[in-house]
Amino acid sequence: MSLSRRSILKGAAATAALTTAPMIMGASHGKPKVVVVGGGAGGATVARYLAKDSKGALDVTLIEPTRTYFSCFFSNLYLGGFRSLESLGHTYGTLASEYGINVVHDWAVGVDRDKKTVSLAGGAALPYDRLVLSPGIDFVDGSVPGWDVTKQNHMPHAYKAGSQTELLKAQVEAMRPGGVFAMVAPPNPYRCPPGPYERVSMVAHMLKEKNPKAKILIFDPKKKFSKQGLFQAGWENSYPGMVDWLDAEFTGALEEVRPESMELVVGGEVTKADVVNVIPAMKAGRIAEQAAITNDKGWAPVVPATLQSREDENIHVLGDSAHQGDMPKSGFSANSQAKVAANAIRGALTGSKVFPAKFSNTCWSLIGTNNGVKVGAAYEATAEKIAKTSGFISQNGEDAALRKQTYEESIGWYAGISKDMFG
Amino acid sequence: MSVWTARIVKAVSLAMVLAVSPASGPVGASEIGDAKTGARLFQVCKACHRVGKDARNSVGPHLNGVFGRVAGSVEAFRYSEGLIRAGADGLIWTADSLDAYLENPKSLVSRTRMNFIGMPSAEDRSHVIAYLRAFSDKPSDIPEAEPTSTATDHAVDPAILAIVGDPDYGEYLSGECLTCHQKSGSDSGIPAITGWPREDFVVAMHAYKTEIRPHPVMRMIAGRLSDEEIAGLAAYFESLE
Ligand SMILES: Cc1cc2nc3c(=O)[nH]c(=O)nc-3n(C[C@H](O)[C@H](O)[C@H](O)COP(=O)(O)OP(=O)(O)OC[C@H]3O[C@@H](n4cnc5c(N)ncnc54)[C@H](O)[C@@H]3O)c2cc1C
Ligand code: HEC
Ligand code: HEC
Repeated sequence: MSLSRRSILKGAAATAALTTAPMIMGASHGKPKVVVVGGGAGGATVARYLAKDSKGALDVTLIEPTRTYFSCFFSNLYLGGFRSLESLGHTYGTLASEYGINVVHDWAVGVDRDKKTVSLAGGAALPYDRLVLSPGIDFVDGSVPGWDVTKQNHMPHAYKAGSQTELLKAQVEAMRPGGVFAMVAPPNPYRCPPGPYERVSMVAHMLKEKNPKAKILIFDPKKKFSKQGLFQAGWENSYPGMVDWLDAEFTGALEEVRPESMELVVGGEVTKADVVNVIPAMKAGRIAEQAAITNDKGWAPVVPATLQSREDENIHVLGDSAHQGDMPKSGFSANSQAKVAANAIRGALTGSKVFPAKFSNTCWSLIGTNNGVKVGAAYEATAEKIAKTSGFISQNGEDAALRKQTYEESIGWYAGISKDMFG
Repeated sequence: MSVWTARIVKAVSLAMVLAVSPASGPVGASEIGDAKTGARLFQVCKACHRVGKDARNSVGPHLNGVFGRVAGSVEAFRYSEGLIRAGADGLIWTADSLDAYLENPKSLVSRTRMNFIGMPSAEDRSHVIAYLRAFSDKPSDIPEAEPTSTATDHAVDPAILAIVGDPDYGEYLSGECLTCHQKSGSDSGIPAITGWPREDFVVAMHAYKTEIRPHPVMRMIAGRLSDEEIAGLAAYFESLE
């Protein structure tokens, strides 16, 4: 499938037509109301668990502008040619028809915390007893001088999946022989710590076949990164000489990017590249800011055991937007937090039994064909933060069978979490 | 409790003893049996396995040099994915792991193809293991033990299996599992865990918890579940079809 401009426009028109109908139903019920903003890893999961476990006792509304959610997870595998884009697309039909969730395709544009309503771009205001925000991330303006979202067609971020990912893949495919792929890596914290480096692996995989003299440069503001030893050994083995990871201490800071001329200025030197993948600094999705529950770094602090905002007990924040402690910002984490929050919300609104919070995460990354690695940990809620209790990581020198098994497991996980989110 | 169930409890409680008190000296599986008796008992294995000079693969892999060998690593034998997976994850044949495998192959190795119901008597197993040891390069891997201690000394701890799990709690806890395991029972790369008899389920979970089974994700997950929580999960997953 192609995410053509036409299909996007069509989607937008349909969205506009549909925004008001389901919401009127929501408002006419006497049941406690939960409104969920964002139908991604956190939001779809929490809506599904609330609807499923409350067995009709709660009125659940899910607000999500897009009709098809393209998961960021596995989008790097699409770049590498291991997955189709269709296989990453998920729709909300089952959540609506089988779980009775009111799915509203619109943007939430404001939260009135006193009146307890969420306003939508389409003009309506939805009342809630509990609000869940799982809007993912937005980019910090000005974090990469010279770049803003209006430049994303020249220098894609591909850090929200869909047309951006498609564009980046097309650009890499169109690279001249021996050309340069440059990545501007983000500072901490950001969604999916191994994501940029898995992406480099997948781009290298694609180039190795089609454009073996090409180079990959990573400009990184960080001194180290997730699964670094595993990635660097993997690059050395599978793509020798192709990948250069350059940390800012070594090169000097990134001063600016020039989308028109496809240049980067780093430590006073100008580098020209054929593809520039800019992954800017991140913050909570804008709606969290609009609800005024974010801190000075742009993230929303939460109570670990319930994911309630520290600013407002009627709002829960999940996933990437939450400032919660030790869990990485991943789809797995968002899904894990969603189940804890669903349990707490149901307890508060229907009096159901509340069980202790338990969290876990595993992030798989693919380095090359059948070469999967993983890192994971278990967490508990302390008063202060979600704290890591134990963990594991793949090791260098593992044999090929184990790496293959790890990759196969990740496919199993993708199937599992997709079902867990969308039913 | 069925005979079969009782057998597994033993494997589990034995495993726990081994895991919890490594300093308390060789116990259970580590005992040296009698290789001669083992040769006789090996008859049941012979339906599928050869051992000794010129032994070849048949229904099962040849068992020469099995001690210290990575599970699923005899060349040219087509193992199940489950055994290859376990080997890739670090399962190595030692007296302890062989003991657990021979007692109940499926409780140690997910979906193994060894269609053998298991050998209930710990004593019999120790004899067979002693017999196999004679065909291994590294007999030093079997710790010598007091011949007087017998495996059957180890009290079965039926308490773990007797716990009646709370399926509601199990359902809540299952949320963690369903990120990877599918509720529908399909397997896209991670095994299905629905509809298992609860005893099997408890045994498998304890095998991760006590680190007899090698998988790191499952060890971490099972490692922080209490016996009650495992029972709750077993009750819940048993109820899913
Ligand atoms: C390249 C890449 C690879 C990754 N790989 C992995 C991986 O292998 N494993 C893993 O676990 N994680 C991975 N991740 C991370 C994962 O995608 C995110 O951490 C996860 O999606 C976060 O879930 P979320 O619910 O916070 O946000 P999202 O899943 O992004 O969902 C947010 C949703 O909210 C909607 N939304 C935003 N604002 C509004 C609004 N105002 N009104 C209504 N709706 C709104 C958006 O349209 C979106 O659908 C990867 C990320 C990237 C970029
Ligand atoms: C009905 C046939 C059958 C019987 C009986 C049987 N096995 Fe097996 N065995 C197999 C098969 C098949 C495998 C390979 C399993 C797999 O791939 O999952 C196997 C695997 C093994 C392994 C693992 C070998 C390796 O290379 O990893 C050992 C050890 C073993 N068997 C020992 C025994 C012993 C000892 C007995 C008797 C007490 C026995 N088996 C009885 C069929 C059998
Ligand atoms: C991060 C992914 C993940 C999560 C979460 C997870 N599992 Fe697993 N599980 C696996 C994998 C992978 C295997 C296969 C391991 C192996 O080969 O031993 C497995 C194996 C199992 C098995 C043995 C299956 C067999 O065929 O022998 C059981 C039982 C099990 N898991 C139960 C659970 C329970 C209960 C939970 C939740 C408390 C859970 N798992 C959570 C990935 C996961």
